[in-house]
Amino acid sequence: MNPETLAIVVSYATPLVFAVIGETITEKSGVVNLSLDGSMLLSAMTAFAVSFTTGNFVLGLIAGGLISSNLALIVAFSSIRLRLNQIAVGIVLTLLATKLSAFLGQDFVRKPGPSVKDLHIPILGDIPVIGPILFEQNLLVYSSYILIGVSYWFIFYTRHGLNLQSIGERPEAAYARGIDVNKLRYFYTALGGFLVGLGGAAFSLDVKLGWSDGHIINFGWIALAIVIFGGWHPVRAALGCYLFAVLQLFALKLQPVLPQLSQVLPIIPFPLMIMTLLFINHRKIQHLVLKNNGFGRFISGRAPSSLGESFQRL
Amino acid sequence: MKINQGPIYSYSIAIVVAIIFVSFLLALFEIPIFETYKLLLTGSLGSTTKFGDTLMVGVPVIIASASLVITFKAGLWNIGVEGQIIAGAVAASFVARELQLPTGILLPVMILVGAFGGAFWGLLVGLLKVKGGVNEIFGGLGLNFVATGLVVYLIIGPWSRKGIASTSGTEPFHQNAWFPTLEGFRLSPLAVALSFLVVFIVIYVFSRTQFGLKLRAIGLNTHSSYRFGIPTSKYLLIAFMLGGSVAGLAGVTQVASIHHRLVPSISGGYGYLGILVVLLAGYRPSLVIPIAFFFSMIAIGSIQWQLRLGLHSSLGGVFQGTLVLSVILISAMRLIQQKRNKYSKVGD
Repeated sequence: MNPETLAIVVSYATPLVFAVIGETITEKSGVVNLSLDGSMLLSAMTAFAVSFTTGNFVLGLIAGGLISSNLALIVAFSSIRLRLNQIAVGIVLTLLATKLSAFLGQDFVRKPGPSVKDLHIPILGDIPVIGPILFEQNLLVYSSYILIGVSYWFIFYTRHGLNLQSIGERPEAAYARGIDVNKLRYFYTALGGFLVGLGGAAFSLDVKLGWSDGHIINFGWIALAIVIFGGWHPVRAALGCYLFAVLQLFALKLQPVLPQLSQVLPIIPFPLMIMTLLFINHRKIQHLVLKNNGFGRFISGRAPSSLGESFQRL
Repeated sequence: MKINQGPIYSYSIAIVVAIIFVSFLLALFEIPIFETYKLLLTGSLGSTTKFGDTLMVGVPVIIASASLVITFKAGLWNIGVEGQIIAGAVAASFVARELQLPTGILLPVMILVGAFGGAFWGLLVGLLKVKGGVNEIFGGLGLNFVATGLVVYLIIGPWSRKGIASTSGTEPFHQNAWFPTLEGFRLSPLAVALSFLVVFIVIYVFSRTQFGLKLRAIGLNTHSSYRFGIPTSKYLLIAFMLGGSVAGLAGVTQVASIHHRLVPSISGGYGYLGILVVLLAGYRPSLVIPIAFFFSMIAIGSIQWQLRLGLHSSLGGVFQGTLVLSVILISAMRLIQQKRNKYSKVGD
């Protein structure tokens, strides 16, 4: 593979990196936002519509993030306040947001609109091989690198990150230590939702320019699969996105040679997700990685213990 | 039957909320609101043909919902229902393509094999959960996409039409593999009868049999049921197989009475729609038929919206989604309110 191809892989994976890290943060706090497929569509549509109308892609990105953030808050609210099942609300929101995106976006179908401009980074871009791959991209791609690093550092090496992990693992213990579990869950669900929305927006403003019905359908489910493949670890999850982008590009190249295989390749994340779940639930693997060091964390990829459960103080 | 005031109250408010929301969208796009709702009713119930169409669209929704009731009662989130519908459709297509039999024998064989196909796909999700510890939501979701991949592979690979490599679908089946329809209607009495039969069996199983009781017990508390001596793993696998076989029937009706061939979007999203129906029904099998019928009214009505008013076809889905979301939110709010009132009385 030549540098240009790898540069395409990096840019293609970027929207998924945003969405997957966003959902990882949400799930770390113990909330499953299953509405990704719908919220990414709705935010992609909103982002495109806003950029198209205002001519400003930054406004589009913000609008896309906010709409998805609000959908995520519905999941959090119905789980925390109404004690509803997060899965139920997530599925209903997925279907509703998907249809809503098609209805509200009907006037923006297949229109040329603004896109995120490329930005050459002076010194870094001149490094041989790596430069053209990583630093001949646009602002969104650069932000995604920062997001990967910052989220890793934040989750595992800061006090706030430790609190985030604690409310997803042992909310009772966190509560006993004086952490307002539900307030933090609202916050991280909204934050994760915002990043998911940026992911959707990054599709319609950069990787898959424009808007059409079901523009990026199934990418939300793919993102959810990669969160699991990534073992709730932001760096591994990001690597999952790049792996998926490689497979997608591979499928594209195979199209003329092996049309049957290339049509089937896009489903690869899902068998991989199932394998990952089988792997991490295997007794021997669990035993092997009981040591909670950086490497064990990277390999084991255990789900937060209280994922999907609502917390009520007594 | 005792009429419970609570749910009816929530439903009425939710319908009003959904209507207000959709009307707001209509107003936003400057569409005549009253005429739109009138067209929904006349378009779906206005004539015998239209009524027949509405009934026919309801068939896969009713069957998928019945399948979901089985697994929901056992406490399982069978998102894999889509994949099970697809597996049933593939299995039935295989029979229709390979066997040259008269209709009277071919159709029962298709129904049976389709049910087996769905049961097999359901069993996979079950085994992943029970033996592999893979949550049924993600196992099912993954297998849905695998099933979709399988269908696409079959359509452009081994089952492709001669000389054409397209993803539009397989060769149409021989007429013997079509569900018979009434003269001049798209309505197939056999398909409708099948869907009603499935619902009645599910109602019977959960209200009259010990098996149904045990499944419900597992759904309410798996751990206690296990302690009580119910072999929970076995029952969960059976629930997945039963649910899968029923979902497989939905796939059979899709290939044998709607498309008459295998197409890539063979499940028609009816599995996900079934989830909405079952959530709206509060997992009660007796409410499946009326709610599924109401949903098909919206689906057929929205086709009329598209034809007559030029409205986007997604509006029907927006209506359905808003309705379900407001029902579950409003019911939950009322429940919380009632509990609060109870506790505040205790406090006095």
